[in-house]
Amino acid sequence: MSILYIVLPLALVIVLGAVVAFVWATRQGQFDDLDTPPLRVLHDDEPRRRQ
Amino acid sequence: MLATSAATAGATSHEGAGVPSPCAHCGLPVPTALHEDGARAQFCCGGCRAVFEILHDHGLDRYYEFAERRTTPVVRTGRSYDEFDHPDFHELYVQRTADGLSRVHLYLEGVHCASCVWLVERVPLVLPGVVRAELHVGRSQATLEWDAIRTPLSEVARFLESLGYVPHPYRGIRAGEVRRAEDRVALTRIGIAGAIAINVMLPALAMYSGWLSAGIEADFERFFRWTSLILTVPAILGPGRVFFTGAWGALRTRSLHLDVPIAIALAAGFVRGAVNTVTDTGPIYFDGVSVLIFLLLIGRFLQQRSQRAAAAASELLSTVTPNGARMVDEQGVVREIPATALLPGMTMDVRAGETLAADGVVVDGQSTLDLSLLTGEPRPVSVDVGANVYAGTLNVAAPLRVRVVRSGESSRVARLLQQVEQSARRRAPIVLLANRMAGVFVIVTLVLALATYVLWYRDDATRALDHAIALLVVTCPCALAMATPLAVTVAAGRAARRGIFVKGGDALESLSRPGLLFIDKTGTITEGRSSLLQWHGEESLKPLVLSLEQGSTHPLAEGFRQAFAGLETPPVESSTHVPGGGIRGRVLGHDVVIGSPSFVSSAATGATSCREMHGDPAYTPVWIAVDGVVRARAAFGDAIRVDARESLDRLRAQGWRVRMLSGDVSDVARAVGSELGLAVVDCMGEMSPEAKLRQVAEARAADPGRTVVMVGDGVNDAAAMAAATVGIAVHGGAEASLATADVYLTTPGLSVLVELSAGAANTMRVIRRNIAFSLAYNVLGVGLAITGVINPLLGAIMMPMSSLTVVLGSWLGRTFPRVS
Repeated sequence: MSILYIVLPLALVIVLGAVVAFVWATRQGQFDDLDTPPLRVLHDDEPRRRQ
Repeated sequence: MLATSAATAGATSHEGAGVPSPCAHCGLPVPTALHEDGARAQFCCGGCRAVFEILHDHGLDRYYEFAERRTTPVVRTGRSYDEFDHPDFHELYVQRTADGLSRVHLYLEGVHCASCVWLVERVPLVLPGVVRAELHVGRSQATLEWDAIRTPLSEVARFLESLGYVPHPYRGIRAGEVRRAEDRVALTRIGIAGAIAINVMLPALAMYSGWLSAGIEADFERFFRWTSLILTVPAILGPGRVFFTGAWGALRTRSLHLDVPIAIALAAGFVRGAVNTVTDTGPIYFDGVSVLIFLLLIGRFLQQRSQRAAAAASELLSTVTPNGARMVDEQGVVREIPATALLPGMTMDVRAGETLAADGVVVDGQSTLDLSLLTGEPRPVSVDVGANVYAGTLNVAAPLRVRVVRSGESSRVARLLQQVEQSARRRAPIVLLANRMAGVFVIVTLVLALATYVLWYRDDATRALDHAIALLVVTCPCALAMATPLAVTVAAGRAARRGIFVKGGDALESLSRPGLLFIDKTGTITEGRSSLLQWHGEESLKPLVLSLEQGSTHPLAEGFRQAFAGLETPPVESSTHVPGGGIRGRVLGHDVVIGSPSFVSSAATGATSCREMHGDPAYTPVWIAVDGVVRARAAFGDAIRVDARESLDRLRAQGWRVRMLSGDVSDVARAVGSELGLAVVDCMGEMSPEAKLRQVAEARAADPGRTVVMVGDGVNDAAAMAAATVGIAVHGGAEASLATADVYLTTPGLSVLVELSAGAANTMRVIRRNIAFSLAYNVLGVGLAITGVINPLLGAIMMPMSSLTVVLGSWLGRTFPRVS
């Protein structure tokens, strides 16, 4: 089971990557507006094609 | 001849129309007077008809496929928005983008739902110069990118208004940025705390498994313990620090707050766990501590989001006063200047249909003003040379020259809005039920922990300390801290789907205790606009009236236009407006005079037989004379909302004392009040905005424990709403009053008030139940800790269990009726 000494730190490194990605996404403003995008997906693209 | 035709025409035009059909645009019932027989679509007003036609012409009919649409009749200000093209305006609000376009943030009135997003974001399809349009529903903020060379911004603004969204420059950018930064920080903290909590659970699971079965090798156990410690240190120092700073702040102001027991639990658990890790003995509490931090941060985030700060007065001012004005210099030349450049002593030129940009005295001209911003009353008031006029009021009839006395921040409306901001800021925050219990909670847990230590000390000093620490950790008021924000968030979410927008949990807590409810009359109890209620005269006269009223900016003219919409309009040969009197002109070879009875009877005969409606102050009579003979009479009035009586009765049954505050004359206030079953003392008329504020403030001072609610719709109610325990803005209200309101109702009518009051009481019940559950868990934990049965595994199971109970309790609790 000594593999744990490698696997556990490795898992933590991966988690660190996920945390960094999350913080980056937050700073990018991807979570700023949670109200409008769920409404926007309901719209079809159809009228756009008229142009 | 007149008497008979009046009787028959009156009967057919008003009682014969049958069941009201919904307006094809906004869905509100169409007044029977406006019903067009045989028409494909019915409209409640000219604004709605115009939007319907614009959408249809541009192939945007899909708007009507949305189940949820805005249900506000379209408001038109008729503004030119010329100031949007002024270089000063561009300097202040417009940025250049990298690809040579211009970008502006606009605040749009009346955006609430999916259909609004769809419509606003389709603007580029209609206006060729606009490249991008994006709407943030939560902030009513539209971000537009357009080619300033191809399309002036004023054209975009006029188009947005024609869709029913009155645009304003978004002045709250900085406040919005601050709020956004706060949200981002909170989210980052939650993310980090969550990642740590989950990963501390991994070694914890391994250790618990070993502990439950054959055991675990000492080397591995030490490795897991150190890993947990190393992971928990950043959780405490990073995301967890907010609880320590919060607790320290509370202690410094000698007040107790839930942060205090939380900080004690976290510190006790972490320090003891760290010591035990280093000495390699006894339990560690890292899994509990890191999960606590994660859950508590979520609760705190929910609370932070549900309480938004009142908007700054300067931002509100922009929604009620124009951004530009025209000044007249010594040579008599009229120049356009931004409203901020107006100074006392200058003379400004105000055309009919324009809003005044500053307070002043009329030096030339005669007109009627719509003072509804300050009085809440739609009925216009005549002004003459020497009259005091105020910023934010609308010049209805004729051009005026006004010498500026006070401008900008010192105008009456600006000071009123400053009072709004001050009362909103001064308002003592209501200490939430959970925080009121914090003091007792801290003392009880500390005493119990000490008792546990003393009790076990003679047995074994180390174990005594562990049991005491276990008690502190297991009684960490995590579920207690989440009880209120969770219940409020779930209830507010459900309320929002019923058209009730609640800004803070304290509003629900206050509303659950019925007290004194002040309610505005015009626009709140009544519809808030003058509409044609009676017409006595021949049908054939209607087109003549409509033609003549077509070009008038008078509110009653708008009433005629709405009532007679769709009729043919014969060409007008000539027309003159007589300020304070009416309008006269020639249509189809007839001399037509429309106006107040005194004005019309001075120009026509046959008036004596129709004096009966004169005495009732709730109606505004209008007479119509053709070729020197009075031929028709109309009465305008403000109709009481259909559900007003029943709703007020039910509110009274719930225990509210209802009082009416009206800017209208006292006689009308009493007449409306008696129809609603209000006693004469409870109907207060002729109330200025300042008097309303005083009433509310006095009521609050008389009994600080009592809930004082102000329900209103306009800027004239905004100060009183901000001073009340809870301010409620009703459907269709002015944006300035919405910004200060704790609750905003988007469903028309007053029955939502009843729903709100009942829902608040239910939410409070759910909160109490949540608190009872979380305390029960704590009592159980204390019992286990004192008797020494507790172990970290049991603690680790109990803590999330109690939080889960609170989550379920909030979710399943019946607060507001659920909409499927």
